[in-house]
Amino acid sequence: MGLQVTEAVEWMKRINEKIHINKEYLTSLDQPIGDGDHGINMARGFQEVSNKITMENYENVAELLKDVAMTLMSKVGGASGPLFGTAFLKMSLVAKGSDTINHDNITRMLEEAVNGVKQRGKAVEGEKTLIDVWSPMVEYFKRVDRFKAGEIAGEAKKAMENTKDIMATKGRAAYFKEKSIGHIDPGAATSFYMFEALSEVIKAGEK
Amino acid sequence: MKKIINNPDRALQEMVEGIAAAYPNEVKQLPETTVIVRKDAPVSNKVGIVSGGGSGHEPAHAGYIGKGMLDAAVSGEVFTSPTPDQVLEAIKAVDSGKGVFLVIKNYTGDVINFDMAAELAEAEGIEVEKVVVNDDVAVEDSSFTTGRRGIAGTVFVHKIAGAIAEQGGSLQEVKAVAEKVVENVRSMGMALTSCIVPAAGKPSFQLEDNEMEIGIGIHGEPGIERKEMATAHEIAKELTEKVLNDRDFSESDVAVMVNGLGATPEMELYIVNKSVQEILKEKGIKVYKTFVGEYMTSLEMAGCSVSLLKLDDEIKSLLNAESSAPAFRI
Repeated sequence: MGLQVTEAVEWMKRINEKIHINKEYLTSLDQPIGDGDHGINMARGFQEVSNKITMENYENVAELLKDVAMTLMSKVGGASGPLFGTAFLKMSLVAKGSDTINHDNITRMLEEAVNGVKQRGKAVEGEKTLIDVWSPMVEYFKRVDRFKAGEIAGEAKKAMENTKDIMATKGRAAYFKEKSIGHIDPGAATSFYMFEALSEVIKAGEK
Repeated sequence: MKKIINNPDRALQEMVEGIAAAYPNEVKQLPETTVIVRKDAPVSNKVGIVSGGGSGHEPAHAGYIGKGMLDAAVSGEVFTSPTPDQVLEAIKAVDSGKGVFLVIKNYTGDVINFDMAAELAEAEGIEVEKVVVNDDVAVEDSSFTTGRRGIAGTVFVHKIAGAIAEQGGSLQEVKAVAEKVVENVRSMGMALTSCIVPAAGKPSFQLEDNEMEIGIGIHGEPGIERKEMATAHEIAKELTEKVLNDRDFSESDVAVMVNGLGATPEMELYIVNKSVQEILKEKGIKVYKTFVGEYMTSLEMAGCSVSLLKLDDEIKSLLNAESSAPAFRI
C-alpha cells in the first residue's frame, strides 16, 4: 500500500491548495518574527509546481519529486525556496526505483530530507525552523509500522505548535531572540500543511 | 496601500527593465532574468564582482554597477533572496576567466542561494570566492545563530572590492581586501515607520506617532527596541554610540555613511549627520570622507542608519578610486 504516481501528484496539488487558502495566515505568522512574505513566496512557488506537474506525465514518483524540488529552488527564493527544494530533492533521490511512496520508503525519504535541510541551512533541531516538524515526523514514521492517515496530520500539527515555545536561533526570527517565543514558525506551518495534505491523500486512497 | 505600481506581481520585472532603460550606455539586462550587468561585461582580465539580494533596497544593488564597482546585480522579489539559477547567470556573464567574487549580505536566504550558485559555477569551471557582510551591530554576533545582518555598510564593500578588481587585483586580493572592509565596518539603524511589501499590501508592523524602533533591519522586520520618539541629536547619539561601543574606532580615520531608509528627507539626514560629526570629533575620531543619502533602503520606510568604516591607506585609496556607478560616482 502506498501512493501511486497519480496520488503523489494529487498530494502536491493539495499542498498548493492549502498554501493558497492559508497564504495570508502564513504571511501573518512571518510578520512579527520575519519579513512578512512567507505565504506570498510559498504560494508563488507551489503555484508554479502545480502548473509544471499538470503539464507532465510522470512515470515514477522520483521524477515528480525532482520537478517539485527544481521548481521550488528556482521560483521561491529566500531561504524557503532552497530549503524546501533540498527536502524534495533528497526525497526524490531516495524514491528512485520505487513505484510508490509507502511507509517503508517515506521514513528514509524524510530522513534524507532532514539531513539535506540541516546541511544546507546549517541548522539542527530546536532552532525554530521547518526541521522541527520534519524531524519529529521521521521519528513518528519510525514508530509506526504502516501509514495511518488519521494520525499523520495530528502529529505534524503537534510538532508545528511546539515551535511556538522555541526561541529562534536561525533565520530572520533569530534577530528577535526571546521575542520570537510565542510565535509559530512559518516554515513549520507550511510543513504542517504538507503533512496534512499527505494525510488526506492517503485517506482518500483507503476508501 | 497606495503605491505607484501596475501590478504587485510584476513590480520586480518592471523595475529591472526600468533600470536597464535608464542607463542604456552603462548596463544591460540579461534576457529572461532579473540580472543587470555592466554593458561591457565580461571585462577582460578583471575579477567580476557580483552582488544582489531581495529588491526594495534601491539604489542597491543595480545602482552600484559600473566601472570601479559591481559587474552584476541580481534582484530577487521584494525582500526575498534571488534564486541560484539567477545568481549563476550573473556569475557566468561577468566571468572573464579571472574568477568571480560574490558580495553577500548575511541573511540565511542570501547565503544559501549564493552558495548554491557558487557551487554550480564551480562545477562549470568558474573560480568563485565570496564575502559575507554582517555590519549590523543591533544583532548579537554569535556563531551559534544566524548572526548579524548585512545592511548599509555593504555599499563600502561593493566600492572597495570593485576598486581593487578594476585595478587588476586577483581573486584572492579582492577577497582579502573585502574581508578587511567587513572587519572594519559597523552600522546601526532606526525607523519612524514600517514599510509595505507590495504583494502583502499592508505594513509589516505599526508604530504610533510618538514611537520609534531602534535596531531596525532593511526588510520591514521589527527592530530590537521600541522607544519614545527622540530628537535628531539623541537618535544620532544612540546610533553612533552603539557603533562605537562595538569596535574600537579611537584615533582612527573613518568614512561615515548616514543612510536614508527610503522616506527620510535629506534635510533630516543632514541634521543627523551634523550630530554624528560632532560626536566623532569629541571622541577624537577623524572623519576622512562622508556619504549622506539613500544607499541601502527598505522601500518607503522612514528612518536612517549610521555606518562607520575604519580606514587605512589601502582602503582610503580604494575608496577614492574612480567609480562610474550611477548611485556612487566618485
